[in-house]
Amino acid sequence: MASLWFWIVAAMIATYVVLDGFDLGAGAIYLIAARTNDERRRVLRAIGPVWDGNEVWLLAAGGTLYFAFPRLYASSFSGFYLPLTIVLWLLILRGIGIEFRAHIENRVWQDFFDAIFSISSILLAVFFGAALGNVVRGVPLDATGYFFEPLWTNFKLGPQTGILDWYTVLTGVMALVTVTAHGSYYVALKTDEDLGRRARGFALLCWPVQFFLTFSTLVATYFIRPEIMANYGKHKVGILVPIVVVASLGVMLWANPKGKEKLAFIASSLYIASMLVGAAFALYPVVLPARDHQYDLTIYNTASGIHGLSVGLVWWTFGAVLAVAYFVFVYRMFRGKVQVGEGHY
Amino acid sequence: MESALLIHRLHFAFAATFHYLFPQLTMGLALLIVVLKTIGLRRNDPVYHEAARFWGRIFGINFVLGVVTGIPLEFQFGTNWAVFSRFAGGVIGQTLAMEGMFAFFLESAFLGLFLYGEKRLSPKAHWLSAVAVFVGSWLSGYFIIATDAFMQHPIGYFTAADGSLQLASFWDFVLNPWAGWQYAHNMSGAAITGAFIMTAVGAFYLLSGKWTAHARIFVKTGVIAGCVFSVLQIFPTGDRQGKMVTDLQPATLAAMEGLFQSQPAAPLVIVGQPNEQQGKIDNPIQVPRMLSMLTYRRWSANVRGLDAFPKRDWPGNIPLLYYSYHIMVGLGTFFVAVMVVALLLLWRGRLFNAGWMLWILMLSAPFPYIANTAGWMTAELGRQPWLVYGLMRTEDGYSKVVSAGNGMFTLLGFMGIYTVLGILFLFLIKREIEHGPLAGHESASNLHPAT
Repeated sequence: MASLWFWIVAAMIATYVVLDGFDLGAGAIYLIAARTNDERRRVLRAIGPVWDGNEVWLLAAGGTLYFAFPRLYASSFSGFYLPLTIVLWLLILRGIGIEFRAHIENRVWQDFFDAIFSISSILLAVFFGAALGNVVRGVPLDATGYFFEPLWTNFKLGPQTGILDWYTVLTGVMALVTVTAHGSYYVALKTDEDLGRRARGFALLCWPVQFFLTFSTLVATYFIRPEIMANYGKHKVGILVPIVVVASLGVMLWANPKGKEKLAFIASSLYIASMLVGAAFALYPVVLPARDHQYDLTIYNTASGIHGLSVGLVWWTFGAVLAVAYFVFVYRMFRGKVQVGEGHY
Repeated sequence: MESALLIHRLHFAFAATFHYLFPQLTMGLALLIVVLKTIGLRRNDPVYHEAARFWGRIFGINFVLGVVTGIPLEFQFGTNWAVFSRFAGGVIGQTLAMEGMFAFFLESAFLGLFLYGEKRLSPKAHWLSAVAVFVGSWLSGYFIIATDAFMQHPIGYFTAADGSLQLASFWDFVLNPWAGWQYAHNMSGAAITGAFIMTAVGAFYLLSGKWTAHARIFVKTGVIAGCVFSVLQIFPTGDRQGKMVTDLQPATLAAMEGLFQSQPAAPLVIVGQPNEQQGKIDNPIQVPRMLSMLTYRRWSANVRGLDAFPKRDWPGNIPLLYYSYHIMVGLGTFFVAVMVVALLLLWRGRLFNAGWMLWILMLSAPFPYIANTAGWMTAELGRQPWLVYGLMRTEDGYSKVVSAGNGMFTLLGFMGIYTVLGILFLFLIKREIEHGPLAGHESASNLHPAT
């Protein structure tokens, strides 16, 4: 039962990153790719009706994590106190950047909120990547089951690690490049003319960097945690992960110049999902590794009681079906290239 | 240690109080927007649709602030209250996760359709999206109240071998009797905020002589809803909530009412200052025997005062609890008085010309916010010294790894950001009110000639 919830939470996080990833990425390229007021409004209109729903996946994944693994939630959220607070501030700034820009037709006002939206999107992508890096690398948990990480120490992987060290900075940059590409594919899919062309150009530029970082991150991960490969040795199904990663990278490279934006976007989504599933697969059954492995938090020592988890499965399934139905409906309503002069933004 | 506890408490109290300024209006407006849309659809009256669109814009600004200030609360269960989360997460995680799965998805998906999809949807489908937003926001309220109800009156759990609480009965937990009345009381409070704000804006327009057709709809809808919910707020919801506190948290009741000594035929204190040192109320104005009647339905009933409970189980800040409660009740009474008079004038057809009453209705706008805040302070201060009533003390629940200094840093950071948010909010709301109910049309035709 705990294993099932491990995969449910992993799937929800992956869904969150795939969905919110494209609006974060749209924010990352926003200042450069969208130059005129009209183009910026089109980018905002492309993400406007959906970004809030996408972000709900973060809340829902967080809530589900809290429900299924309360001890993990308690330890990780208090241990990552400072970076999570900064993430909250960035989420606040980003939300008002998107929503408040359109309220006043004044160039200075709009430029200001444009900058807020773009900078907070970039920083959020880096922070989320660094967060994942911290989870893979392990944190200084002790016998109490708690830890507290400063923002950085000496950027080395000693016993007392900081949130930022060379490895987590690498994963942060990797995340930024990945969502930038992802957002570029989305903007290319939803817009046309100069804006769409520039977005495709961005994606093209991202590709070699993404390719290079994918492999250097994998090497670095193997270097700092060789045991990460153990599950891949034990369960043959794991071989699917690198296959999907490589295949989706290939499809992105092929589809983008041909103008097959939808295919490129789907490939990018698959790439993100398979990278995250790959990380979850490697960690399982550990949910938060300790620098000293005897204190690892696993699904076994963090899960809620079995009755609660069983009951949860009933309503969760029901809720997930509804959520997917809403999303399909909303995305269909707003499908196609964005039109100018409709709605807010 | 003391200061870390205080800072973590202030942190959550500040974030929750600021946050709840927005959902109380969006939950109230969601209901009233459905009313406006329904009338607009049935009478095929464009003025009602314009009114709904105007309140949709106000709703949208509030919703953004509600979302961005709400996310920190979910995080703070882990960041600032880790020990509590480890202790109770196995139970309250149910409702917190359900809120995301059932309420937030519904609300966010259909709010986009409601605000930006009117041209793409048929009138009926647009009406349905308004209903979906209403259902989502009111469901969200229930899950939060059910979570709080567990902290006020824990049921449906068992204590596991490691000392944590785990779910024993889903239905006992979700249908906690505490949650039922508290929910009714809270949602009626939100509807009061929505009604008073709608009325106040209408009164402002009438007094300014602008958009009078829309303003009359605002005032009429607001006064009728305001009257209904102000009465419901006191009876039965407030009354039953008080009865529950009497039965399940008797020490809290004594502190709220400022009853230091147990006594038969206890009086109800209307005004007066609690004096903790001497254990009495200074300068009281009271109604004899009334407290006994309200709590036990008998004029002579014995009501337990604070002296019946060990001092370490008293709520920590008795004066603040007492004042919060009395401010809430005082304002609740004022709401009934104002709305009943307004309704009489409306019925006699004189309200729209009664300048004095429109002034009162306009200036009353802040009071529901104060009453709802004071109500929540009563509930949460009244729960003290417990974090989970009878099971975990507040001093045991905060994150021990987060030092007072780090807590202070982030608290001050939130205060700064929220101050800026508050200023931005007031600025944007002022503009919407200035532009009036027809602003959408003007901006569509005048501001974007390129289209």
